[in-house]
Amino acid sequence: MQQRLYRLSAWLPALLLLVAWHYAAQSDWLSARVLPAPLAVLKAFGALAASGELLVHLQASAARALAGLVIGGGLGFLLGVLTGVWRPAELLIDSSVQMLRNIPPLAMTPLVILWFGIDETAKVFIVAIGTFFPLYLNTFHGIRSVDRALVEMARSYGVRGVDLYWQVILPGALPNILVGLRFALGFMWVLLIVAETLAAPSGIGYLTMNAREFMQTDVVLVGILLYALLGKLADVLASLLERRFLRWQSPGALKGGAA
Amino acid sequence: MTALTWHQLDRPHHGAHVTATVSTQDRPHGLPLALKAVSLAFGQRRVLHTLNLQVAAGQFVAVVGRSGCGKSTLLRLLAGLVQPSSGQVTLDGQPVQAADGSPDHPVRLMFQEARLLPWKSVIANVMLGLHTDARVRALQALQSVDLADRADEWPTVLSGGQRQRVALARALVHVPRVLLLDEPLGALDALTRREMQALVGDLCRARGLTVVLVTHDIAEAVALADRVILLEHGAVAVDLDVAEHLPGRREDHPLVLAALEHQLLQRVLSRAPASSEGPTAT
Repeated sequence: MQQRLYRLSAWLPALLLLVAWHYAAQSDWLSARVLPAPLAVLKAFGALAASGELLVHLQASAARALAGLVIGGGLGFLLGVLTGVWRPAELLIDSSVQMLRNIPPLAMTPLVILWFGIDETAKVFIVAIGTFFPLYLNTFHGIRSVDRALVEMARSYGVRGVDLYWQVILPGALPNILVGLRFALGFMWVLLIVAETLAAPSGIGYLTMNAREFMQTDVVLVGILLYALLGKLADVLASLLERRFLRWQSPGALKGGAA
Repeated sequence: MTALTWHQLDRPHHGAHVTATVSTQDRPHGLPLALKAVSLAFGQRRVLHTLNLQVAAGQFVAVVGRSGCGKSTLLRLLAGLVQPSSGQVTLDGQPVQAADGSPDHPVRLMFQEARLLPWKSVIANVMLGLHTDARVRALQALQSVDLADRADEWPTVLSGGQRQRVALARALVHVPRVLLLDEPLGALDALTRREMQALVGDLCRARGLTVVLVTHDIAEAVALADRVILLEHGAVAVDLDVAEHLPGRREDHPLVLAALEHQLLQRVLSRAPASSEGPTAT
């Protein structure tokens, strides 16, 4: 009971803010053009959902985000593994990557538009760049920080080649890789928002920009809240992954055929 | 009390004393080890100095000495992890090779830390590198260290002593013929240490393994080993045949044990560490 009360209290500030917002809007102290009432936002949300428009835009945004993550994050992971396990690759690639890492992905936008125009490729590319670096860096670092003593032990027990990577090096690097994934998921949304507000025929960014044109502040707010929800969803997903794959880290955890 | 005799340097030892505790009366499963005039230097620093040592098959040898006397290096030599600058290290008459990971490699090493993979369950750790009947054999090995009921747990929930028992099971599951122990009990508390000593001693003797235990604890060396080697400046200073003084059960002769321990300790302490660089005749 007490525990539950504690947990609920985390929502208290948000709830108070919502109530204050509601009354401020109702008493006309807050213009609907600046900030429509929470109920109006909810109504707009319901209307968009009912017309199926919301789902279309959500799908478009999610598809871009996922494509960018899979391409950028996947490449980052693979390159991180390569430089992590093979010294010549580190020598050859790592310092260049470290240099490129310092360029904010959004600074690339003009160049990306020149290269790809303003169609889908450009958006996916920007997301891919943003998700590449966190996964690359953390995979590389994770592999390098695997306990050498464990690797030596496994080798002496005849674990080598692919087996050594699969059973010792990758599991050892996994906590870092998942941290990288979490960062990448965060960047993914930030970059997608900007990419979609530039120019897009669909997506949540398009929805909000379009609503702005018609001064539909309530729809703009729906878009913003959607981003918050999606960001939270990605975070929950990441922590679920961590709980699934890093069960061995929490001392209370029992059982599990991680073999 | 028995008059204690000290054997200087490498008087050849015969496996006679092994029979006292080995349950299987037939030929011991272990292999003989030998170091012949082995010297080892890292750059200018000479770690081992024309060292001679022969270990009979099935013998349990403890190596003691001040830190930096070369005892850990001796173990790495026997494991084939380092090669001597000069001289010869042999296992059953053949030059020693580093563990290449082949499942029937006769030598297994145990370290001060258990080195268990934290993301694998206890039994998966023991199964590491096993190919045939892995689970059954691993479970048997865990049974021998009395941890079969913890097989499916994560290593993180085990105590330090339990982790070392898993490491011991992992070494024994490969049916080694030589077991090299690098202070595997050094990080354990006194009580757990006692239990582990008994367990290690029993398991190794029951299997007739040749064991080389490196330790800084002289009491442990005397309590466990058939023979205690004191290394000083990279050479054998004392070679004490414990089994000769203590036929039968160790527990029955606590005074003899204490006397042996005392004498060894006096010997270690009598040499001031001033000349710890050793006889580096350059």
